[in-house]
Amino acid sequence: MDNQDKLIIGGHEFSSRFILGSGKYSLNLIESAVRDAGAEIITLAVRRANTKAQENILDFIPDGVTLLPNTSGARTAEEAVRIARLARELGCGDFVKIEIMRDSKYLLPDNQETIKATEILANEGFVVMPYMYPDLNVARDLANAGAATIMPLASPIGSNKGLATRDFIQILIDEVDLPVIVDAGIGRPSQACEAMEMGAAAIMANTALATAGDLPLMASAFRQAIEAGRKAYLAGLGRVLTRGASASDPLTGFLRD
Amino acid sequence: MENQFFVDSEFLSPAALEKKHRLETDPSSRSNHMEYRPGMEQISSDVRDKVMGQVASYDPSAYTARDVRVALQRETLTPDDLKALLSPAAEPFLEEMAQRARLETSKHFGNTVYLFTPLYIANYCENYCVYCGFNCYNHIKRMRLSMEQIEHEMKVIADSGMEEILILTGESRAMSDVEYIGEACKLARKYFRMVGVEIYPVNTDEYRYLHECGVDYVTVFQETYDADKYETLHLLGHKRVWPYRFEAQERALMGGMRGVGFSALLGLSDFRKDALASALHVYYLQRKYPQAEMSLSCPRLRPIINNGEINPLDVHERQLCQVLCAYRIFMPFVGITVSSRESASFRNGIAKIAATKVSAGVSTGIGDHESKYSGKESDAAEGDEQFEINDGRSLDTMYADMADEGLQPVMNDYLYV
Repeated sequence: MDNQDKLIIGGHEFSSRFILGSGKYSLNLIESAVRDAGAEIITLAVRRANTKAQENILDFIPDGVTLLPNTSGARTAEEAVRIARLARELGCGDFVKIEIMRDSKYLLPDNQETIKATEILANEGFVVMPYMYPDLNVARDLANAGAATIMPLASPIGSNKGLATRDFIQILIDEVDLPVIVDAGIGRPSQACEAMEMGAAAIMANTALATAGDLPLMASAFRQAIEAGRKAYLAGLGRVLTRGASASDPLTGFLRD
Repeated sequence: MENQFFVDSEFLSPAALEKKHRLETDPSSRSNHMEYRPGMEQISSDVRDKVMGQVASYDPSAYTARDVRVALQRETLTPDDLKALLSPAAEPFLEEMAQRARLETSKHFGNTVYLFTPLYIANYCENYCVYCGFNCYNHIKRMRLSMEQIEHEMKVIADSGMEEILILTGESRAMSDVEYIGEACKLARKYFRMVGVEIYPVNTDEYRYLHECGVDYVTVFQETYDADKYETLHLLGHKRVWPYRFEAQERALMGGMRGVGFSALLGLSDFRKDALASALHVYYLQRKYPQAEMSLSCPRLRPIINNGEINPLDVHERQLCQVLCAYRIFMPFVGITVSSRESASFRNGIAKIAATKVSAGVSTGIGDHESKYSGKESDAAEGDEQFEINDGRSLDTMYADMADEGLQPVMNDYLYV
């Protein structure tokens, strides 16, 4: 991969385009995500770090990895803002992934509240990475509110169903001048590769690795898929012929001058 | 063969015994269990009709192996699929159900299992619930802890490493009023990350008060959803009022609580219908309050002091496993709690399939954590237990055992915001 091809979020540079999500945590998962998938950013649910337990998640995070605390558990913008501030107090840095859910069944993000929280936290100097349902108007509002990236969902979180929202994510990639990180629902390396070919800036995944039979092998498969997709995007995909061959006698052949 | 619940204490006065016998034998001596009493808030809700309409028409014997196969193949199950999975026709599919349940659990919860402990702060009760050790006619040592005693208990529990606590009382407004419980919850917030209550049902404004005291989760067991059967088991006291109890979780959510827990006590009535009703209670309330976190548990009857014969009748471990798998497949997102009423081997097994939360270091007595945790005799008075637990593992043992099972014990995943 071209060493100049960096993922830039809020002025910070990253070489890796794989981000570990926070859904299912274990020491093995974090190790594999860093060693085999090359993750440089690891998401952390602040509520899970709110513990005095023997195995605090914060202790699992290797040095040199950027912590991305998320606001899971927040049901409103106000709650998300409070959790983000707590994360900063806990020493988690200035990155924050906003997750606001008013639905405990599918955990779908509340776009309107997310815009409000983004504006408040961006003004407080956070590097705001909002999880959102892929809606172009919302994406523009998030950009105007100061978001550092936008993070549309590919399909319901934990579902491993892949790019169910493919066409809408493509619109965001085409129209919004922020890195688009595809989050939630990516279940296979091929889906991650496809999202990268489309021009996604990075992939966030968790369940796909956590529930794999061989975790390190799946982690390295994701790394390669994401790199392949990125290269394909940078190379420019060849044209796809929709039906048969090109007409040898063009319709405009009658034009004389 | 039904349980023999009625036990006469030699300590009851002739007048009390006479009243007790009248309540047990003469239905006309009992109050109307469907009528709200003064002070009980009546909310407008269609949830009860939806749930009970489905339960009324449920005939478990009407389902076949084919219905079970269809249900297991469906991605998102309908209430009718749930009925099939709870039916006797699903019993031969138990292993398949367990496999599917494990998949759903891992998709939504990974390999985590949350640990908590209950803390009983009082065992006074004004109700005569015939199967319960705390019932007002049962001769047991009664106690209500002072705030100092509560704080001492909390320190002992917190020192063991526990971060989530469930505060319980017997159901007596007179002896354990809402302010008393609220003060205990404020103390609990100092020692624990997460505080839940399992107390008598209260009104919306009282749930709001408790939420302000630091409580975010409310569990109410309906015991049985069969109102006619309920009437024959809860003979005296405010707990007799079946609809007020049914609506407790909804009032709790209206009062601002984050989550609510549900359950029937299996073994009291037709367990398949009770399991269906519990699940649909969650299902319809979740549709109305989609932000709420929902959890189910599945307690079975246990022996009590002065009646060691009480048992869960036809709900054996296989049936219990079937119910828990059906819950998980029908509602992959709900928390499922399995209490110390069940054996260590059952809890180890079910935590790998469907359960997401188990209790540890449990006492259902009052003020006895120090003696139970340290093994040393206590000078302090202790109150008797609600029921005999089965799995007496300490937090440390449970933590190690869950890790040995390949699970990740979690002490807290919660923030009070």
